[in-house]
Amino acid sequence: MATVAEQWVLVEMVQALYEAPAYHLILEGILILWIIRLLFSKTYKLQERSDLTLKEKEELIEEWQPEPLVPPVSKDHPALNYNIVSGPPSHNIVVNGKECINFASFNFLGLLDNPRLKAAALASLKKYGVGTCGPRGFYGTFDVHLDLEDRLAKFMKTEEAIIYSYGFATIASAIPAYSKRGDIVFVDKAACFAIQKGLQASRSDIKVFNHNDMDDLERLLKEQEIEDQKNPRKARVTRRFIIVEGLYMNTGTVCPLPELIDDIDLISANMENSLASIGGFCCGRSFVIDHQRLSGQGYCFSASLPPLLAAAAIEALNIMEENPGIFAVLKEKCKRIHKALQGIPGLKVVGESISPALHLQLEETTGCRERDVKLLQEIVTQCMDRGIALTQARYLEKEEKYLPPPSIRVVVTVEQTEEDLEKAASTISEVAQTVLL
Amino acid sequence: MRPDPGGCCCRRRPVRANSCVANGEVRNGYVRSSAAAAAAAAGQIHHVTENGGLYKRPFNEGFEETPMLVAVLTYVGYGVLTLFGYLRDFLRHWRIEKCHHATEREEQKDFVSLYQDFENFYTRNLYMRIRDNWNRPICSVPGARVDIMERQSHDYNWSFKYTGNVIKDVINMGSYNYLGFARNTGPCQEAAAKVLEEYGVGVCSTRQEIGNLDKHEELEKLVANFLGVEAAMAYGMGFATNSMNIPALVSKGCLILSDELNHASLVLGARLSGATIRVFKHNNMQSLEKLLKDAIVYGQPRTRRPWKKILILVEGIYSMEGSIVRLPEVIALKKKYKAYLYLDEAHSIGALGPTGRGVVDYFGLDPEDVDIMMGTFTKSFGASGGYIGGKKALIDYLRTHSHSAVYAASLSPPVAEQIITAMKCIMGQDGTTLGKECIQQLAENVRYFRRRLKSMGFIIYGNEDSPVVPLMLYMPAKIGAFGREMLKRNIGVVVVGFPATPIIESRARFCLSAAHTRETLDTMVYIFLCNYHPEWTNDAYDVMEIWRATVKQPGFYLFLV
Repeated sequence: MATVAEQWVLVEMVQALYEAPAYHLILEGILILWIIRLLFSKTYKLQERSDLTLKEKEELIEEWQPEPLVPPVSKDHPALNYNIVSGPPSHNIVVNGKECINFASFNFLGLLDNPRLKAAALASLKKYGVGTCGPRGFYGTFDVHLDLEDRLAKFMKTEEAIIYSYGFATIASAIPAYSKRGDIVFVDKAACFAIQKGLQASRSDIKVFNHNDMDDLERLLKEQEIEDQKNPRKARVTRRFIIVEGLYMNTGTVCPLPELIDDIDLISANMENSLASIGGFCCGRSFVIDHQRLSGQGYCFSASLPPLLAAAAIEALNIMEENPGIFAVLKEKCKRIHKALQGIPGLKVVGESISPALHLQLEETTGCRERDVKLLQEIVTQCMDRGIALTQARYLEKEEKYLPPPSIRVVVTVEQTEEDLEKAASTISEVAQTVLL
Repeated sequence: MRPDPGGCCCRRRPVRANSCVANGEVRNGYVRSSAAAAAAAAGQIHHVTENGGLYKRPFNEGFEETPMLVAVLTYVGYGVLTLFGYLRDFLRHWRIEKCHHATEREEQKDFVSLYQDFENFYTRNLYMRIRDNWNRPICSVPGARVDIMERQSHDYNWSFKYTGNVIKDVINMGSYNYLGFARNTGPCQEAAAKVLEEYGVGVCSTRQEIGNLDKHEELEKLVANFLGVEAAMAYGMGFATNSMNIPALVSKGCLILSDELNHASLVLGARLSGATIRVFKHNNMQSLEKLLKDAIVYGQPRTRRPWKKILILVEGIYSMEGSIVRLPEVIALKKKYKAYLYLDEAHSIGALGPTGRGVVDYFGLDPEDVDIMMGTFTKSFGASGGYIGGKKALIDYLRTHSHSAVYAASLSPPVAEQIITAMKCIMGQDGTTLGKECIQQLAENVRYFRRRLKSMGFIIYGNEDSPVVPLMLYMPAKIGAFGREMLKRNIGVVVVGFPATPIIESRARFCLSAAHTRETLDTMVYIFLCNYHPEWTNDAYDVMEIWRATVKQPGFYLFLV
């Protein structure tokens, strides 16, 4: 009975097919054909539209033109042609063939041509040769380095010291050794370029406070405290550092240390100025300094300081310890020149009276930095013609975060006599009058 | 005289099917060197025929794969050490064991801790155990033989005391003294002494202010002449040369393609520049080409803007691997894709090439093809500092925009004089053939030493002509044992482990020098023979004695393969 019923259904269907109107059949037929087409056509790939063919890629490679490796430097760029110093850059310096009195090298204690320093370095040269041929970890540690570190630690009255072979690299390696991504650093606005590079390498959060403004720093610290209370979990793993300079190179001012803190964790210094050598050092407690021996990049991955330079530094320390009166003499001279340079028409003195590195800035800027720089350069050139060696303070204009205004650097050293100071003051005054007015 | 495979890490590898030899192809620098190297040395030279014969001489570089058993045992070794480390930390925390290292001040105990605990785990528990192999203080010239100050530790390397004795005439295989200019006598030292008397030691100013001495100008002209470039500039520190000049050359919007194993100074310079950094596999030209293609075709990520410039950072000799960069291929790629090439020849200048002009000379290429040739004076010239050489436009730009020229002190005059004298000697301008002899002596030493070590079955990485010879140790216990045992036999070596190398690839690294005589090298080779293949020596060394002595060593079981 079932098959008959089935057959009967089939017959019914065929009958229905005959009886259906034409348009219905045509529509159904079209739909069936459409379904068959869709079933058999390729899938639509979105990617194919944006994927480039090999030919297109080659064309792109052909067409691409890089920028020139370096932009052209104009022939009269102020920093292109260096002053050439013939002979040692000591008190009587020969710059570009002219004999001048040196007011431009950071030779504060006059140790650059000290015979004792030279003798110590010579003895070291005869014993060790010049280079160390290796980093500190691989037979580059000499007994001279260990001596120097001991002496520096004693001199600075700290537990331990670590020396670097380059002054710039000292602070630029020390900062990223401690401060990492996520830590917070409070730094003064007038911090020097080496500190800025160290901060950039550390990838920490940087909070800048106005130069020597302790109230501003307090405000920032209080803000940070509020932030910490909002997010105590984060605060528990964020380290905070304050970085200040003892004597700011860019402004000649001293930081107000007693207001700031009663105990310092790390002191970083440069041996290239007063110690008349090369290199730098960090000192502090062993807990802090020892870390740099494995994570200070400029210490681990760089050759150590040549022993003759270390020996010279040790001798310089000896001289400083034997002759503490030298510092009072320097202070006197600084005060004297600071006074003498006041009142020069058109130039103002920037820096404290006890600072041995002063700046002379234009009282009224012309509005354009290039013209300011040209004017100051004119003053410097004329001073050199008259026997006073000065230099402009050089900055990388595009790289500095807070670019200081152009200025002339005046450096006081212990070797300058009263006549020298008087001559300098009067020469600068005369030249400034001629150039600026 | 065929030895059987001995029970140590230098056992000969089984010969693998070396399909590379058949068609002369060197795939990505990974050559499966066959074990019978000594006997079949002549048949192992691979002429690289790809890339249209770019290489004028055979380029033979090999990095044998770590054997599976050794890798497993090395991980086991580190695992054991880590477990012990946790145990000791636990004991120290509960004051069962005395805590030797310096701790935070009482007043600062509630500050956030200065160092991350885990960062220090490796230092406290692994590095401390074998710390006496590093920072060994010396008290003589770092020449072929050196005097090391003896130190003792009574608290397992936490602190050292100097006994006052000096271990004299230790063979120095650790200092970078490739051409033997680390001397305290001779023309270089005399010239430096004269300049020291006249100029003093310091400079107290930067190049752009008043620290540019006539000595610096003289040095720069000589360096440019030496390298065969238009102009050059010298800096006070090799590390700083990279970290301060790369940011001056590239900036945001540029692309840096850096080799996997580049030095920390190159990595720091690249990071400070703000450019995008992409890393290609070590010395792998296919990887580099793919990165170059993709960079130009797809441009900057997301914005698809074209890159401003592409800079390829490579080194001449990689000091941990002993490999030499494939310079002809790199230059071919650079020309095809219009990228710029920064070549860091810290180790290769002076050490490679028939005239000592570095890796460019070694391959017989034109120095003008390399856009920026950087190098250091520390290694082959026995001084300190770095230089960059290139076209005059580049050097003019660096004179005005380099961070070092504006903010950092210039080279010390006696150091500059040492470089000048050493360079003149190498160039032959001092009227002697000393320079040429040193270069030849170094090349001979390299070939001899590598051949002897390979023939004994040691696994040596790197190029056949590279004066840096890394000998694989693998296991952590061997790092300490090798360093100490060699010092007992009056040889000072450098051992390197994690993190300077991958964790299972610890090694001892020998730096050969022209100052090493054939006798010195033979002494070393003999000591290796005595300890690893005593049956090859004619001495009446009792093998059982050596075996007994080895078994008594702590960490022996980690010593085995």
